[in-house]
Amino acid sequence: MSNAVEPRGLSKVGLQINGWLVYLFFYAPIVLLVIFSFSESRNVGKWGGFTLSWYEQFIDSSNARNALENSIKIAIVVTIISVILGTMSALALERFTFKGKRVFDALLYLPIIIPDVTMAVMLLLFFGEFFEILDNLFGLQLRKGFWSISISHIAFNISFVSVVVRARLAGMSTDLEEAAVDLYASRWKAFRHVTFPQILPGIAGGALLAMTLSLDDVVITQFVAGPGWTTLPVYVFGLIRKGVTPLINSISVIMLVSSMLLVGLSLLAERTRRGG
Amino acid sequence: MRKRESSEHVVEVATPEFEKTAQKKEARRGLLMALPSYLYLILFFVIPLAIVLIYSFATRNRFGGTDLSGWNVESYERIAEPIVRTILFRSLWLAILTTVICLVIAYPFAYYLSTRKPAIRNVMLVFVMIPFWTNFLVRNYAWRVILGNDGPFTKVTEFFGLGTHELLFSQKAVVLGLVYGYLPFMILPLYAAIERIDGQLLEASRDLYGNGWQSFKNVLLPLSMPGVIAGSILVFVPSLGAYVTPEVLGGAKTTLLGSYIVTQFLTARNWPFGAALSFVLMAVMLLMTIIYFRKGGRTL
Repeated sequence: MSNAVEPRGLSKVGLQINGWLVYLFFYAPIVLLVIFSFSESRNVGKWGGFTLSWYEQFIDSSNARNALENSIKIAIVVTIISVILGTMSALALERFTFKGKRVFDALLYLPIIIPDVTMAVMLLLFFGEFFEILDNLFGLQLRKGFWSISISHIAFNISFVSVVVRARLAGMSTDLEEAAVDLYASRWKAFRHVTFPQILPGIAGGALLAMTLSLDDVVITQFVAGPGWTTLPVYVFGLIRKGVTPLINSISVIMLVSSMLLVGLSLLAERTRRGG
Repeated sequence: MRKRESSEHVVEVATPEFEKTAQKKEARRGLLMALPSYLYLILFFVIPLAIVLIYSFATRNRFGGTDLSGWNVESYERIAEPIVRTILFRSLWLAILTTVICLVIAYPFAYYLSTRKPAIRNVMLVFVMIPFWTNFLVRNYAWRVILGNDGPFTKVTEFFGLGTHELLFSQKAVVLGLVYGYLPFMILPLYAAIERIDGQLLEASRDLYGNGWQSFKNVLLPLSMPGVIAGSILVFVPSLGAYVTPEVLGGAKTTLLGSYIVTQFLTARNWPFGAALSFVLMAVMLLMTIIYFRKGGRTL
């Protein structure tokens, strides 16, 4: 609102209080969780003196460490493949017309709209059938784990990346690209030197979104993870369901800090974009 | 065409034929670029979706497996059973409640945000975005810690002499977790919609002796309606299919649709019924989204 009506009197006070309450609501739980992760008490919500032992327990727990390692491996593979596929589809949709474009456009929105639970069920049944067919045809005995999780994460991340990159492409005029082609640049060169640098912030944003979503996912991963092969959120989810322990506090804080680092990075990328 | 092959840098004559082949070439290029994702989504999205649909018409056998024969609509008929209906209405009710609470909190907040100076506004927005990006499971778990036995929440209620309240494992706790999780989804589109409104229109309504309520009801609200609809759908849709929040904060009496579907697959082993339920859930969401796009909303 360029020249908004500045609220006055009682409504102004009300709006201000509401504003502060919203931030209190957002951040109090996070701050409390961080504080309690350093508490010696076995009761997760009680202060009992400072300790780092729950973090040590995390480092000592090979299950938790393995799960963390798996999460990171999957996030890297998922991010790379989804960024490539998502960016290509964004370019295809924003810069070209081709047969089946409208169907593709609609199909690309579906993984975003569909509920997690439905997608989880879909992929569970799919991998069950798929592995059975492979076993029957080639005697190939595959187990759920790294690839089934990665494939599932990519299946929803292509859409998220392409939405972010498309938003960037849509706001960009084609003048520069056309000028480059007029000046005898090949299509590839025009892309490499003109389009790509311009959409790079969009690609970076899409990559961070893909990585965050992959690191966060519980529902779909739980369905497509194999026995003994799981990611950190699914591991934590399992722990929570068995009963809360201070170990969960410390793992949660580690997950919290890493996702905040990712946001920080993305904001920094945004800054440099505006600055440049 | 031949000209192009012989030398890259000769200006082509734009004959209709040349234009046509160039257009064809462009179309092929576009398709080629879309093809990997297209095939990927067909293999790992469309086919799985079709499998769910097929399973929903199959029969569960005595061993908890699924027989892909004897096709029937029993799984869909079961949705009308009282237990299922209770869960369905409960999910619907909690999702609506979550949406309304988010709307009531977020609207004044988004309005306040849009009246701040740009520099302050950006900082305020960043602090709304951070929870939006942090791990959903962890954020729900934080409430488990707060509401838990002898935790900070009890301390606060005791301090104010309200006695101990058992909030954890109740529907209230689930709604609280959902509001906490999805509030940014409401704030952002609302802010985007309100920010776009010309402030002069509000001033004009005040000049014409409208009171605050009247200018809200007749000017601000109608103009921000796309944001209200977008935010409501963005909150309602994931709330309806929620699984993590009721598992972490809810109890046995708060089974929601999402958890119920998961149970069908992981413990009850009635896959056809689970498939039917998840298909219905998806259909509801698709319908809502189509309504959203029909209303012209495309804010996010």
